[in-house]
Amino acid sequence: MAKAYLWLLLVLLYAPILIIMIFSFTEAKVLGNWTGFSTKLYSSLFAGNVQHSLISALWNTFAIAMLAATISTLLGSIAAIGIFNLRSGARQTINFVNAIPMMNADIITGISLFLLFVSFGISQGFTTVVLAHITFCTPYVVLSVMPRLKKMNQNVYEAALDLGATPFQALHKVIFPEIRPGMISGFILAFTLSIDDFAVTIFTIGNEGLETLSTFIYADARKGGLTPELRPLSTIIFVTVLVLLIVINKRAEKQKTDKIR
Amino acid sequence: MPLFREAYGLLFNLIVWGYIMQKSDCIISVEHVYKYYGEKAVLNDVNLFVRKGEFVTILGPSGCGKTTLLRLIAGFQTASEGEISIAGMEITQTPPHKRPVNTVFQKYALFPHLNVFNNIAFGLKLKKMPSATIEKKVKQALKMVGMTDYEDRDVDSLSGGQQQRVAIARAIVNEPEVLLLDEPLAALDLKMRKDMQMELKEMHKSLGITFVYVTHDQEEALTLSDTIVVMSEGKIQQIGTPMDIYNEPINSFVADFIGESNILNGVMIKDKRVSFAGHEFECVDEGFGENAPVDVVIRPEDIYIFEPSEAAMLTGTVTSSIFKGVHFEMMVQTPNGYEFMVQDYHCFEAGAEVGLLVKPFDIHVMKKERTCNTFDGKLVDSTHVEFLGCVFECKEVTGIEPETPVKVEIDFQDVILEDNEEDGKLTGAVKFILYKGNHYHLTVFTDWDEDIFVDTNDVWDDGDRVGITIAPENIRIVHS
Repeated sequence: MAKAYLWLLLVLLYAPILIIMIFSFTEAKVLGNWTGFSTKLYSSLFAGNVQHSLISALWNTFAIAMLAATISTLLGSIAAIGIFNLRSGARQTINFVNAIPMMNADIITGISLFLLFVSFGISQGFTTVVLAHITFCTPYVVLSVMPRLKKMNQNVYEAALDLGATPFQALHKVIFPEIRPGMISGFILAFTLSIDDFAVTIFTIGNEGLETLSTFIYADARKGGLTPELRPLSTIIFVTVLVLLIVINKRAEKQKTDKIR
Repeated sequence: MPLFREAYGLLFNLIVWGYIMQKSDCIISVEHVYKYYGEKAVLNDVNLFVRKGEFVTILGPSGCGKTTLLRLIAGFQTASEGEISIAGMEITQTPPHKRPVNTVFQKYALFPHLNVFNNIAFGLKLKKMPSATIEKKVKQALKMVGMTDYEDRDVDSLSGGQQQRVAIARAIVNEPEVLLLDEPLAALDLKMRKDMQMELKEMHKSLGITFVYVTHDQEEALTLSDTIVVMSEGKIQQIGTPMDIYNEPINSFVADFIGESNILNGVMIKDKRVSFAGHEFECVDEGFGENAPVDVVIRPEDIYIFEPSEAAMLTGTVTSSIFKGVHFEMMVQTPNGYEFMVQDYHCFEAGAEVGLLVKPFDIHVMKKERTCNTFDGKLVDSTHVEFLGCVFECKEVTGIEPETPVKVEIDFQDVILEDNEEDGKLTGAVKFILYKGNHYHLTVFTDWDEDIFVDTNDVWDDGDRVGITIAPENIRIVHS
């Protein structure tokens, strides 16, 4: 009985995605019509037969995700080291402050960033989207680096200094290698969050014609009828994110067993 | 502390002499160093001079400031006041990577992402040495610590003892002037610790560099050192050779901390005559004056125990007897209520009547640091005095104007400790307990940040929170 319940839940959760995936292997223009198995949508997606704007939206999405994830990984790691070395009272406070943006509704983050950019007279476009994505990704990086710092022998930094390393060399040669697994997990997390985001992006993307995947699909859907090539694209993105998630989980598991050993 | 001042003076002369010769014999000098954490002084006017090639151990209970002192020498922390020099160079503010010292940490602090070779080569690579030289030096260092052929091993795959060897190799490969060791053997089991002690001593001999070793283990300190520095509460209590420290402890703290001891209150009647435990003894100490209160130390192995006979100086009943491997440890209670710890190869069962004898040479007499509590206070009115942050009722005082600063004296046995903090006028925590044969001498750290000393028959534990009361008639007011 309990098992049946679990399966029912899983089916309900994954049915929409499954439907998209199934119908990505048929040619029908309208979703729901099955006109026989075909991979034509996939080939046309890669052959460049789709509208130019979908492809450019895809590129924008990846460029933004790459930039935002890289910068927030750097910022978040350095912030985590700083926070970790604070006195325990201050550390708790900052950790709490760090948790707020993660709990905060995306729509609030989006609106506040929009108001911020407007009030400073910054014209919205690629840069503002990247800045916005860095803002909501960085706390997640801090969160994934922190456990590595806690696990680290607290004397290794001093040991490096003692052996003649300058503080910068010690950071580079000892601290970064030690927290690298946390940084990589943080990067992957930031990357997927950035690809996934719609609410913050729509408020910060401006009206210069810049589109990311999520804003493109939204606009496309409102025009009536989705471009059929979105079905294979959604499938590919879903699989990619799934793989990344599995990687993150495996890494977390490995860290746990390392700790026990 | 006359002995200390003497040593200081001697070393000062040595430095002056060394300065003239352009080559100082003193490798580390720590002068008037203070370290504060907020209001609290963790190091309080520390002066220490280490000769080149010496094996110096800084010994003390946890929280005495010994690790802080080492970290100031290593440069991980900076002194609030005072001056530290290494090899004639003033380095008080110098960052750690520019100091000619290397440190071996308690928990090894090896770099887990590097293998054994790269851990040891870390310092040499930073100095941009040619790789052939690095390889040769690393091999030498590994040989020195008995870890040949371990170069390619992952440090996580090594045992605790092996990791500590790598940590030592990583430090000595840089050929520092001074090797600092912060409780390096504390995490090892007893057998391994003993082996490593011997190896460290060998290493010190063959390297010829100065070792500064921090430990709370008095036996380790006695085994390894040329010189022991005993610390307590941020102050150096005594500096001396292991023999000096053991045989001639300067005060009751050192006597209690180093080895087992019987510490009793005594009175120096005149030169070479001391009275304690209700009996007069011949001793070898002199120069304390007549009828001077003193602390007497007798090591448990220096008391002879035998069937009651004419030769006995004291008689008593054995209250407990424990086999300790080499000897038996027996507690003997005298009829007038004093308890002695005696160690002997012969066993006397609990309940046996015995005689005790101490030879004059084995009685060590120490000047008392204090004979009563003294506080700075202020007279509020003729029957009230303020000290330790509280106003106490006292006997009527005449001839002193209110608001005058005064000295307040209270005898140790007149301070009453209460279980409930609320019952006391003052509150504090018990922080040092000394058994004096028939009573306990406690140091209580009051919440006013001053110590109050208490004699009591009640058993308290270290860290107990207590309330403190003092009866008005026991408060003596002295014009200051």
